[in-house]
Amino acid sequence: MSAPAAVPGAAVPRTGGGRTGPPAAVPRSVVLGLTGLAGFAAVQEVAPRLLHLPADVLPPLSSILAALATEVRTAAFWSAVEATLLQWALGLGLAVVAGVGAGVVIGSNRVLRRMTASTIEFLRPIPSVALIPLAVLQFGTELRSALLLIVYASFWQVLVQTLYGVADVDPIAEQTARSYGLGRWARVRYVLWPTAQPYVATGVRLAASVALILAITAELIIGSPGLGQEINSAQSGGATALAYGLIMVTGIFGLVINVGVRAVERRMLRWHVSVRGETV
Amino acid sequence: MPRAVTRAGQILALPVALVALWWWASDGSTSIYYPPLRRIVDIFPDTWLAGGTDARLLTDVVPSLVRLAVGYGLAAGVGIGAGLLIGSYRALRELTEPVLEVFRAIPPPATVPLLVVLAGIDNLMKILVILFGCVWPVLLNTVEGVRAVDPVQADVCRSYGVTGTARIRHLVLRSASPQIMTGMRQSLSVGIILMVISELVAASDGIGFTVVQFQRTFAIPEMWTGIIVLGLLGTGLSLLFQLAENRLLGWYHGLRRAHRHE
Repeated sequence: MSAPAAVPGAAVPRTGGGRTGPPAAVPRSVVLGLTGLAGFAAVQEVAPRLLHLPADVLPPLSSILAALATEVRTAAFWSAVEATLLQWALGLGLAVVAGVGAGVVIGSNRVLRRMTASTIEFLRPIPSVALIPLAVLQFGTELRSALLLIVYASFWQVLVQTLYGVADVDPIAEQTARSYGLGRWARVRYVLWPTAQPYVATGVRLAASVALILAITAELIIGSPGLGQEINSAQSGGATALAYGLIMVTGIFGLVINVGVRAVERRMLRWHVSVRGETV
Repeated sequence: MPRAVTRAGQILALPVALVALWWWASDGSTSIYYPPLRRIVDIFPDTWLAGGTDARLLTDVVPSLVRLAVGYGLAAGVGIGAGLLIGSYRALRELTEPVLEVFRAIPPPATVPLLVVLAGIDNLMKILVILFGCVWPVLLNTVEGVRAVDPVQADVCRSYGVTGTARIRHLVLRSASPQIMTGMRQSLSVGIILMVISELVAASDGIGFTVVQFQRTFAIPEMWTGIIVLGLLGTGLSLLFQLAENRLLGWYHGLRRAHRHE
């Protein structure tokens, strides 16, 4: 133990001084994370074989991937992917536009805010799946059925976050803008919107994953075309490995959406304190 | 008391106006899908409350709520337990985080067809569906909360020899509780959705099952009462959660307020 102990304040360069570590090592968290994923994949491959699980309970990973590899060559798979993503994007887009619009209008008017608070609190927790029977009767398996569910569920996420954001506007900034004679529109653009933007981003992030859940639900329950319906028919056709594979695909979509929305958020908010990171 | 009156007016005005508008606009409606609200309200007691022990409130609403409670309770237990463990060890966290993120990203309804095959169409399947959907937000938020324990408080605990369960109870759980509650709030709304979905796929009782029965037999006013029951349930549960949170996190909200008024 003759090595110099870490002296507080003295920045000891960590690379280069190690025993055998490469100079630009991959971060430990990445190595461990990949190990975890590989370990999980190995268990998924070996456990069904060792435990002799029937293939319709848990097939080994290799046969899931094989089934998926055959599936991605079919046109049906890609049209299902397209249908799911279209529903998701349209629903989320409509919900964001409506949520932000309503949020800014309601949030910037005190009377309106107080008048609507109870109604919003009542309507928001209503599970959107309660609308399924109505959607089925009214629109059948059309796109509008799925959109109704998706928009209803994601709208509240965006609206409530926008309201929080608008309520957070610094009164001094608002008064300064007024003193300088900024009009209503300019105040929305230069005072209200920058304040609300991080909140809106959070709302959009929450809404993006909710929208995917509801898109899959609509396909599964109502039978709108898409991945949910494919999973259902794979399962009822006894193609369990394919059903697992398709669920994996929805998981990958979920992951890409999470990561993607976060990346967009960081880019749009790169001026904001929470993202900028203070280097003092 | 003019102020209280104004306040009550602001809370009640819009809901009353909306219900009145619905009542007025639908009155005399001959559309099959949008029956008059008057008729929906008329048949509501008969549909859900009448029949003594055979009332749908007991034969459908209660089983749904029991399954939700069991699934949600298990998810909270597993999520907080595993979250405490994973959050406390950095290596474990780094090892498991990507796998957990993948599982969290799977839209829970997608697993319903598989769980039907694995666990049949009974209560077990529905509880598993709810458990699978609810566990991830609790787990990942607990991990984050445990990670963010104030190092100074952790040092103080160590100096005073607070270890083991006392440390977990008074330091770790306490400081992670705002995050845990955030996770549980997300889980609750997912859980209600999954409760309904699991009953739509295959069931012999439950609110979701009943509502779809009404829809398939074109008992449209009855279907509307079901939608209203689901809405009331969602709102009621979220209100209950709010009350529980205010009780459990009263200290935290107070602290936040105090900091803001500094």
